[in-house]
Amino acid sequence: MSDKKPISSVNDFVVRFANVNGSGSASANEMFARAILRHGVPVSPRNIFPSNIQGLPTWYEVRVTEAGHLGARGGVDMMVAMNPQTWDKDVAGIEPGGYLFYDSTKPMPSTKFRDDITVIGVPLTAITNSTYTDPRQRQLFKNIIYLGALSALLEMDPKLIEQLIGEQYKGKEKLLSSNVHALHLGRDWALQNLKCPIGLRVRKSDKVGDRIFIEGNSAAALGAVYGGATVCAWYPITPSSSVAEAFTAHCKKYRHDPETGKAKYAIVQGEDELASIGIVIGASWNGARAFTATSGPGISLMTEFIGLSYFAEIPAVIMNIQRAGPSTGMPTRTQQCDIIACAYASHGDTKHVLLFPEDPAEAFEFAAAAFDLAERIQTTIFLMLDLDIGMNHRLCRPLKWDDAKQYDRGKVMTAEMLEEGRDFGRYLDVDGDGIPYRTYPGTHPTKGSYFTRGTSRDRYARYSEEGSVYADNMQRLVRKFETAQDLVPRPLQANAERPTKYGVIYFGSTSPAMDEAIGLLEARGHQLDRLRIRAFPFHSSVASFLAEHDFVYVVEQNRDSQLRQLIVNENGIDPVRLVPIVHYDGTPITARYIAKAIGDHQDHLKVTPLRKAVS
Amino acid sequence: MTYIAKPKFSHPGLKKNDLGYTHRDYEGKISTLCAGCGHDSITASIIEACYELSIEPHRVAKISGIGCSSKTPDYFLGNSHGFNSVHGRMPSVLTGANLANRDLIYLGVSGDGDSASIGFGQFAHSIRRGVNMTYIVENNGVYGLTKGQFSATADRGSKSKKGVTNTDNAIDLVAIALQLGATFVARSFSGDKTQLVPLIAAAIGHKGASFIDVISPCIAFNNHAGSTKSFDYVREHNDAVNRLDVLVGRDPIAVDYAPGTVQVVEQHDGSKIALRKIDADYDPHDRLGAQTFLARHAAKGQIVTGLLYVDPDAEDLHSHLNTVETPLNTLEADMLCPGSSVLDKINASLR
Ligand SMILES: Cc1ncc(C[n+]2csc(CCOP(=O)(O)OP(=O)(O)O)c2C)c(N)n1
Ligand code: SF4
Repeated sequence: MSDKKPISSVNDFVVRFANVNGSGSASANEMFARAILRHGVPVSPRNIFPSNIQGLPTWYEVRVTEAGHLGARGGVDMMVAMNPQTWDKDVAGIEPGGYLFYDSTKPMPSTKFRDDITVIGVPLTAITNSTYTDPRQRQLFKNIIYLGALSALLEMDPKLIEQLIGEQYKGKEKLLSSNVHALHLGRDWALQNLKCPIGLRVRKSDKVGDRIFIEGNSAAALGAVYGGATVCAWYPITPSSSVAEAFTAHCKKYRHDPETGKAKYAIVQGEDELASIGIVIGASWNGARAFTATSGPGISLMTEFIGLSYFAEIPAVIMNIQRAGPSTGMPTRTQQCDIIACAYASHGDTKHVLLFPEDPAEAFEFAAAAFDLAERIQTTIFLMLDLDIGMNHRLCRPLKWDDAKQYDRGKVMTAEMLEEGRDFGRYLDVDGDGIPYRTYPGTHPTKGSYFTRGTSRDRYARYSEEGSVYADNMQRLVRKFETAQDLVPRPLQANAERPTKYGVIYFGSTSPAMDEAIGLLEARGHQLDRLRIRAFPFHSSVASFLAEHDFVYVVEQNRDSQLRQLIVNENGIDPVRLVPIVHYDGTPITARYIAKAIGDHQDHLKVTPLRKAVS
Repeated sequence: MTYIAKPKFSHPGLKKNDLGYTHRDYEGKISTLCAGCGHDSITASIIEACYELSIEPHRVAKISGIGCSSKTPDYFLGNSHGFNSVHGRMPSVLTGANLANRDLIYLGVSGDGDSASIGFGQFAHSIRRGVNMTYIVENNGVYGLTKGQFSATADRGSKSKKGVTNTDNAIDLVAIALQLGATFVARSFSGDKTQLVPLIAAAIGHKGASFIDVISPCIAFNNHAGSTKSFDYVREHNDAVNRLDVLVGRDPIAVDYAPGTVQVVEQHDGSKIALRKIDADYDPHDRLGAQTFLARHAAKGQIVTGLLYVDPDAEDLHSHLNTVETPLNTLEADMLCPGSSVLDKINASLR
């Protein structure tokens, strides 16, 4: 019935599952993604879910990508339409020549389909109901049955899926065999009744290598374990809760004293974000490595304490898993929208260190490094993730740890050092890097104690409202922030094949889409040098990059181009030379989007020579 | 410049405690509070209690919020670390500090504005978590530092200095602490050092959440007729249920206590509290009884003071979390980091 040639593609397509929240489809859908990985073919999956528990639509999208593109692609080649509520929109979203997979138990009027797609009906409900009587079983196994049918349609190796089921239900024989049975129910039905395979196929490959498949939040939590965090205080909020939950799980596994069974960590679910950051600050003040994980609204609440951490110079680590704001915004959608809120959090003149990991591997590394940095710089360190990295599985290089690594506890004066007669002034800049020494409470009977406060004080921590004393301290804080430039992860630059006047700056979860967009732009004839920013304060190479290019695009996922604002503000450059490329509808930015936005702008630049901007 | 250093001179003949420390070793900077402020008397009582307990001053961490009361940690235990945090949030900072190092003594000092208004939640949650601390509220019924607004502990019907009548109900922090499961609850009066000093000493010895509400008149804004937190009013309405002595490493019962009116409570640290009962029926081990007793007396306008409730077998947050005995802040990479071989296994499980 199709008037468009069906899409034919091996190892390069997008399958989207439309489900009803609470139907238990998540694990079957994830198994589909993992099964493709087991074929040696990279995938990039994304959860698209509502901010309620049951009933509303959810989508799970699997980008099958031999080329290894890990950003979202946009468009859907095959829709597994299991949610009647969103049927019309789902069907409309299929690329011309694409495929629609649906439960054909109940007949549908032909108006519900499209002529330019291939429709594949499997009577899932009928098959399920004739096999199972228990309603929950019916619901759950229906998902495995469609997984089985898909495996036949896409020519996947069922053994690899069986293997996965085996791993998932290890030691639970009954569940294992019933899942395998359901898989084959669907698979056999498809093989007997449908033309298998279709144009989309999964073929074994070797493109996955030793990469791992992990969510950013889980990797960050593991980073906290490796980085030596012993105190975690948190308050539930999507999309950050799974950081604390993963930290708890990792600690339970790896952080109990084998002899006593006692915990080498303390995790407190605070009564709110104020308490959580207060606990972090109290613990860090007292020499433990502590962190909290939160999202935008939590950051808003924490700002008074963040100012205290800045001014009183107390280490703290905050993992901010950003979601779409402002206010409650879209709590389960992704954005990079707290850049300004975090960079300048709190009243008065403040500046904070931000780290921008691009994937779970960096989330792990940066999370671990955040504790060194917090203690080294004695300030708050923000690990800026977002929902797209935090709550989606991503393929990334394996996590690595150097066993020779010792924690950098920063400048801490010990009892011995005090005994030696070293001059201790809590806010003395002894080394000229703006970073003073601190002492832990209880260090020495008569030396090194001081009073921590958010009020102005002199270099010896004595309360003072003397203007010059205050200014001296504020200047040292600026020095300290300059020192931080060289301590935080540096930006990474990649140049175009040919010299170019154009550059692009991007960061965090935008990375994979940007990497792919570069290829699309090159194909369109545009050469761009790239700079991936990995931290604030900006390293001097950011200023150099800006100086070397006439126009620099800044790609980010918020309305107001917040990173661009920060670059303009901190580098004092002409804003006209920084072109904002923004995407903020809550879905992850795609290569197609970036390539179009930059490409159009570049084309425009070529046609109309730019008039000198008057400011 | 508001900082005033205390002259270093100390009299050679000063009395020394078991550690060889004199009173001076427990003092801090000179107070910048109004002369006659109740808070300064509480400072003096803390100094006295720590001296008597022979605490090493530097083993105490003193943490406060913001307010006149919260400034006081600067005025005692000059050799210990202090932390003047943010308004109302002392409890969380103290909780974190305590989690980091269970070996120090944690003294939380707060005001009624600090704890009963902006910090009411944090007060409640630190108590219900059983953080091992001595939480002192210096309760004057007003905001001292911001010049005399009613606080949430101001009694309904009491009058401000300007003659305004408070129409809101008061929060009784002692009643709340009892309800939340504090394992040591007391109330006292800044003008009654004989009662207050041993209460503080006993609270420090207590393992668990100790809460002491100390009525502490603000002479600048709340010491007039019509106030229920003035020196005169508190003296007239004070109804003490007991008086106590804390005995550390000495014979438990002094001879002058009449039999039958003394109760000895042994604390986890081995110290003993000898409770001289004034109200013969009052049982400080009965949480429910304490709650009704308080409520009945409050209705009559009386301020019940003394050790109102104690559970000598209390557990603290560290016990609940089953944390190691070694302070968490001393654990290094070799104790905390699972290492690269574990990471390899984790990697393998993620393919
Ligand atoms: C967030 C915030 N809000 C308001 C203030 C202003 N403030 C400072 S102290 C104080 C009240 C102090 O009252 P209380 O805790 O009863 O202490 P007192 O001064 O009476 O001892 C207030 C409202 C502040 N410092 N921070
Ligand atoms: S204003 Fe009141 S509470 Fe503050 S110092 Fe003066 S008397 Fe004390």
